[in-house]
Amino acid sequence: MALAKLKSDATQARLAGLTLPEGLDVARKDALSRVSAMGLPHKRDEYWKYTDPISLTQADPIAAAVFHSDDSPLFAGVDSVKIVFVDGVFDADASDDLSCAGVEIDRLVDVAAADIHWATDLYGTSEARGQVPVARPLAALNTAFATDGVVIRATGKAAKPISLVYLHADEASDVMLHCVVRVEAGAEVTLLETGPAAARFNSVLEVDVAEGGAFHHVRAQGRDHERRAVTHCFARIASNGLFKSFTLTANGTMTRNECILELLGDDVVAHVAGACVGDGDDFHHDDTIFITHDGLRGESRQVFKKVLRNGAVGVFQGKILVKAGAQKTDGYQISQSLLLDGDSQFLAKPELEIYADDVICSHGSTSGAIDEDALFYMQSRGVGRKAATDLLTLAFLAEALEEIDNPALADDLRDRLDSWLARRS
Amino acid sequence: MTALDEMQVKDGVDQDTVDAVAALSGTYKYGWNTEIEMDYAPKGVNTDIVKLISSKNNEPQWLLDWRLEAFARWENMSEPTWAMVDYPEIDFQDIYYYARPKSMAEKPKSLDDVDPKLLETYKKLGIPLKEQAILAGVEGAENMPAEGRKVAVDAVFDSVSVGTTFQKELAAAGVIFCSISEAIENHPELVKKYMGTVVPPSDNYYATLNSAVFSDGSFVYIPEGVRCPMELSTYFRINAENTGQFERTLIIAAKGSYVSYLEGCTAPKRDVAQLHAAVVEIIIEEDAEVKYSTVQNWYPGDENGVGGIYNFVTKRADCRGDRAKIMWTQVETGSAVTWKYPSCILRGDDSQGEFYSIAIANNMQQADTGTKMVHLGKRTKSRIVSKGISAGKAQNTYRGLVSMHPKAKESRNYTQCDSLLIGDKCGAHTVPYIEVKNNSSRVEHEATTSKVDDDQLFYCRSRGMDEEEAVALVVNGFCKEVLQALPMEFAMEAQALVAISLEGSVG
Repeated sequence: MALAKLKSDATQARLAGLTLPEGLDVARKDALSRVSAMGLPHKRDEYWKYTDPISLTQADPIAAAVFHSDDSPLFAGVDSVKIVFVDGVFDADASDDLSCAGVEIDRLVDVAAADIHWATDLYGTSEARGQVPVARPLAALNTAFATDGVVIRATGKAAKPISLVYLHADEASDVMLHCVVRVEAGAEVTLLETGPAAARFNSVLEVDVAEGGAFHHVRAQGRDHERRAVTHCFARIASNGLFKSFTLTANGTMTRNECILELLGDDVVAHVAGACVGDGDDFHHDDTIFITHDGLRGESRQVFKKVLRNGAVGVFQGKILVKAGAQKTDGYQISQSLLLDGDSQFLAKPELEIYADDVICSHGSTSGAIDEDALFYMQSRGVGRKAATDLLTLAFLAEALEEIDNPALADDLRDRLDSWLARRS
Repeated sequence: MTALDEMQVKDGVDQDTVDAVAALSGTYKYGWNTEIEMDYAPKGVNTDIVKLISSKNNEPQWLLDWRLEAFARWENMSEPTWAMVDYPEIDFQDIYYYARPKSMAEKPKSLDDVDPKLLETYKKLGIPLKEQAILAGVEGAENMPAEGRKVAVDAVFDSVSVGTTFQKELAAAGVIFCSISEAIENHPELVKKYMGTVVPPSDNYYATLNSAVFSDGSFVYIPEGVRCPMELSTYFRINAENTGQFERTLIIAAKGSYVSYLEGCTAPKRDVAQLHAAVVEIIIEEDAEVKYSTVQNWYPGDENGVGGIYNFVTKRADCRGDRAKIMWTQVETGSAVTWKYPSCILRGDDSQGEFYSIAIANNMQQADTGTKMVHLGKRTKSRIVSKGISAGKAQNTYRGLVSMHPKAKESRNYTQCDSLLIGDKCGAHTVPYIEVKNNSSRVEHEATTSKVDDDQLFYCRSRGMDEEEAVALVVNGFCKEVLQALPMEFAMEAQALVAISLEGSVG
């Protein structure tokens, strides 16, 4: 059957079970018409060449068992404004008061109900812009149907990080949340996201950084083995703005993290990094990045590291687009995989598209096994093979973790990785 | 504009100056046209045209059936759109699929019988169809000591092969080097056994079209254990207007053999774009080695993008035996639009594939080129070195695939692709695909994009070079890795091409 027909049938089937939530009507209807026009993604789409989107697009989610762990929650020691969602439903009792010096925080449902709100005009705007030149229909689906989320406006330096905690309780939950962040000129805020959220989670984060603003984002996706997630982060960054995002992924059957950045002003710094560890042939992890340089002297860094074992699959699709006139751009991209056994796979497409002559853009991509010489050296110094392998694995992941500015957050994630490795023989 | 290289230059004028001026004016040196009477098949493509081409070559029924099957398939296919190239829709019914000089109606028995006009054409291109020890394609080579080097040439003019030199001497060594139409007549068993086994007729839109309408091309068979006693070369010339060239080349290197094969191409300047859709298939058995070098200098169109050749080519080598080796080297300076990915199937254990490429795009040229390295056998190795240079308003894309299959244990790939932009109106793009399906293999990919280094330029200028000389030198340094892989016959020409293509790009 022709691809267009397949996609249109699948899209109709998915949309049939959904109703538009109240409020934000204009943005939601626009997004719905975008989804209908584009159709949901199909594995025959070039952009989904290495990841079959079927479990993310089918009408009903595949059930996922809830993961129970005795570990203390991540970032428990960090003083933050905690906002908890259980299967996408806001949990007022578990959440902190939403007031915090330097930022205004509201829930998306309150924005939808309000007559006038600063976030109304921003909702869906970056997502809509991010549909060109590559369609991202699952993000438009989210804009149309997201039931809740938070909107954050940083007007100064936020007193604390804002921590979104996504809990998963129902094995068949199917959740769409949408967050909007506006960092005003010279303001600064850190957003933390942790947890699986649902059996199937579709998340969109739109970030708007004004001149000289700074946005930090640290995320650890849930460890539920059977969970599935598609996330999109769309960011627009004005002159002298800073954007830094890091994601740790351990476990999960299907994860597709897309990050779409536009460096609109001059002297912007934008870093996006990720580390993932996957064990087993039901682990599929996809990082898809699209960075557009549209200002002078922009600096972008993409650092992605994947550790894969027992048939796990890692995907990296990264692109740097340097528009005409974006001179003195410095773009850097590295994607590396460590394959711990013969069954795992790494599939990469590190792209450059450049229309300015006075730029430096480099991209590297490597894949291979643990260095036997290094292992031998450590063993000869009395370090056991397992400990040596773990140590080399952590060293491999270190470059990505170094992208996190706050050492306390980085240490928490490092501990999490340490124990993940320790649990495996 | 009169081509400057055809002008009489009075004594005392420095030849270098003339060359520089010729290059500066943007003259495409091979843009002249041979006035010769031609026979054409009617315009357009349909089953009758396919049958006509087949009958012109006295082909057996199986080959006609093969062509017709390909044509039926092609009719249901659509043109690929994934490449980063943009050109007006091609009217496939407005092309002549077969054009043959009238004098070639009867195949000449030897080179002595070939129409002098045709011989003159090749002589003017620097490819004399004479059996003499000479470096084909190198200007001024006739004044150089030949040192016993010989190059056998197969010359393809529009749809037919004009002649092949040194056939007797090659036959003595057991080597078969002839046009593919002759091979179909004289060695049908070899053609039937190998043709379409590397690039099947269903492969892609242009390869399928080629399978239906290919008219001629070269055929090479190197028997077991033979090291081909000379370089083999094919020189493609498109001359007739509104004509597509669809040649098919088949090279078979039997166990333990070696051959170095060179390919050159040019076309006259015309205002209407012309299509060139070739297929090259190479079969390399155990311990055999093939070196395939191309200097592609089709007419690139004028500075406004009018005319030029659309070069949509499928080239693939299949390293079937253990320790087989293929080396592709290409210098791409011509064509309005290039769509070309010479590939290596590394099937035999310990087989090796290498790809060295320089693609230079100036004015309105668009090049989307690269390679595929498909590692199937154990301990297979591949290396990719690609240099893309964009100037004017040109777009240059490297597109490549490195695939390590699960059974390709302990294999290795190294890829380096660099792009250079000259001016702020051009583009350089990199689209690599990397697929690693086992952990004992290592894959490394590196790419950088930069402009010509100011420090290097300053250094050259401070030593008295003018800016254009300096750029040419820096760029040559940038391309050296690739140029070194070219056989002697092309190395000199390639150096010159690099300089010429970049003239006028600075300032």
